[in-house]
Amino acid sequence: MDFGLSDEQRSIQEAVAKICARFGDDYWLERDREGGFPHELHQALAADGWLGVCIPTEYGGAGLGITEAAIMMQAISESGAGMTGASAVHMNIFGLNPVVVFGTDEQKRRMLPPLIAGKEKACFAVTEPNTGLDTTKLKTRAVLKDGRYVLNGAKVWISTAQVAEKMLILARTTPIEDVKKKTDGLSLFYTDLDRTKVEVREIEKMGRKAVDSNQLFIDGLEVPVEDRIGEEGKGFQYILHGMNPERILIAAEAVGLGMVALRRAAAYAKERVVFGRPIGQNQGVQHPLAKNWMELEAARLMVMSAAWHYDTGRPSGAAANAAKYLAAEAGFAACQTAVMTHGGFGYAKEYHVERYLREVMVPRIAPISPQLILCFIAEQVLGLPKSY
Amino acid sequence: MKVLVAVKRVVDYNVKVRVKADGTGVDLANVKMSMNPFDEIGVEEAVRLKEAGKATEVIVVSIGPAQAQETLRTALAMGADRGILIKTDAEVQPLAVAKLLKAVCDAEQPGLVITGKQAIDDDSNQTGQMLAALWGRPQATFANKLFIEGDKAKVVREIDGGLQTVEIDLPAVLTTDLRLNEPRYASLPNIMKAKKKPIDEKTPESLGVDIASRLKVLKVAEPPKRVAGVKVPDVATLVQKLKTEAGVI
Repeated sequence: MDFGLSDEQRSIQEAVAKICARFGDDYWLERDREGGFPHELHQALAADGWLGVCIPTEYGGAGLGITEAAIMMQAISESGAGMTGASAVHMNIFGLNPVVVFGTDEQKRRMLPPLIAGKEKACFAVTEPNTGLDTTKLKTRAVLKDGRYVLNGAKVWISTAQVAEKMLILARTTPIEDVKKKTDGLSLFYTDLDRTKVEVREIEKMGRKAVDSNQLFIDGLEVPVEDRIGEEGKGFQYILHGMNPERILIAAEAVGLGMVALRRAAAYAKERVVFGRPIGQNQGVQHPLAKNWMELEAARLMVMSAAWHYDTGRPSGAAANAAKYLAAEAGFAACQTAVMTHGGFGYAKEYHVERYLREVMVPRIAPISPQLILCFIAEQVLGLPKSY
Repeated sequence: MKVLVAVKRVVDYNVKVRVKADGTGVDLANVKMSMNPFDEIGVEEAVRLKEAGKATEVIVVSIGPAQAQETLRTALAMGADRGILIKTDAEVQPLAVAKLLKAVCDAEQPGLVITGKQAIDDDSNQTGQMLAALWGRPQATFANKLFIEGDKAKVVREIDGGLQTVEIDLPAVLTTDLRLNEPRYASLPNIMKAKKKPIDEKTPESLGVDIASRLKVLKVAEPPKRVAGVKVPDVATLVQKLKTEAGVI
């Protein structure tokens, strides 16, 4: 068992960290204050080919695994870019996996290169206001009429829809009453986000101001049949395919955010002198920080294990969910300790840690709540009766 | 024209090194290592020469332990064509490095050799100069700008108080200064390509070079800690203190 990074993985970590170093703390502080999508970071990563990390080489990507993507996403977050930086590219890294796996060659050639080049951004339109994690109950309908699907419905918590040109959208093509299994009858489309037919309304939120989250109201959006991914009615299975990688990546981002918070806290504890000695000399200050490091490092190993399970074709559900749970909780604990270590200054925006604390709530809540992960592990790993 | 660039694996410039308790050197356990920043500038310059059609091949060479291969991979990912690793776990001092590079020059016949002006670990600033002497070729140190014109190179050098422009015959040795260029980051496609580029392994013995140390480190110590200053209420007190306490007036 080798716990070290390969030369290539180390190069990836360093190269990404160097790009992110161009976007300093002031840049992210300003994004948090003023808002405005971090186009500059998105473009810088696209220019050096990073958005294609997981896309097969035939379509212009690097053909690497989720392990490498996780290393990259941790590096982005850990640079101080946090969830704002990570979310600016997150969806583009693995969101189009259903297209990669189930799309036709023509679709892949049409859809993947512009995404890698950073010419198009994609958003992921699955969640709905009244269904939450009970995805099969979603109400957006797609009706085939004269060779085109017509979509109507609403979506919520759709990140980057303000700036995206494209969206991957799941809609019901066969009513739930007419299917044998409730997971059937949903179809997946990758299509233009036509703003004359889709109203995108931003949701004001606690953190990550620069990367928008939105409500979508879809009113008669026409989608050509060529934009349907795979078979009609199989969309739910296709979407499931990308769930574990998404959890692994968001877990890596949470670890990165926890690490940068911890680094700031340790630096401050070393510098800040009270009662004639640095506060970091006090065990009451040291011990929580040491504990945070251990928790983060353990979570990171879980992330790497989950990525290894996925990349080697093993079942990765339990590992991916465990990684996301542990990383989000460890990241949250570290961000909270970082604020407390800074004392009053931790509450001031210019010390950055309060921003991290607000942002770390994203990986705690999304894409699945910690409670539902516990339910899943109890049922799937421990064989306990299903509770939901 | 082949361009040979020497790259050294050193403690990363962000690391605050600690002196070992026994004073024999600095503690390298679990310390982040990177390419010497001046060598990175050297690789960048060589890759730019290739992109401009002035160089045909960029060869990077490193001397050190097996891990120095990582440094070579970084250089390959920046755009160098192939690497040479001269593997040794022994301490290699500037004269030995220069001799090893001379042996590589004899084998490869480069039109230009680029080294950093110094490595940021021992700050010797000797290798490039010694190599030029051993190789019997011109040198231009502390390069700020480089122009290749046929079989000559025009080099703007950073010297005390200004810039000096010299013209040298090629083949020659160039050592880089900080402002020669700003090195690029390795792009993902180039990192992928670097995996397939060859790295040749050699040893000092196979090159017939004696790398025995000529210099002995007697002691390594931390610089004295800076003590806090004092505030004085007015100029008169300052002058008084400079006279009586500091003894500088």
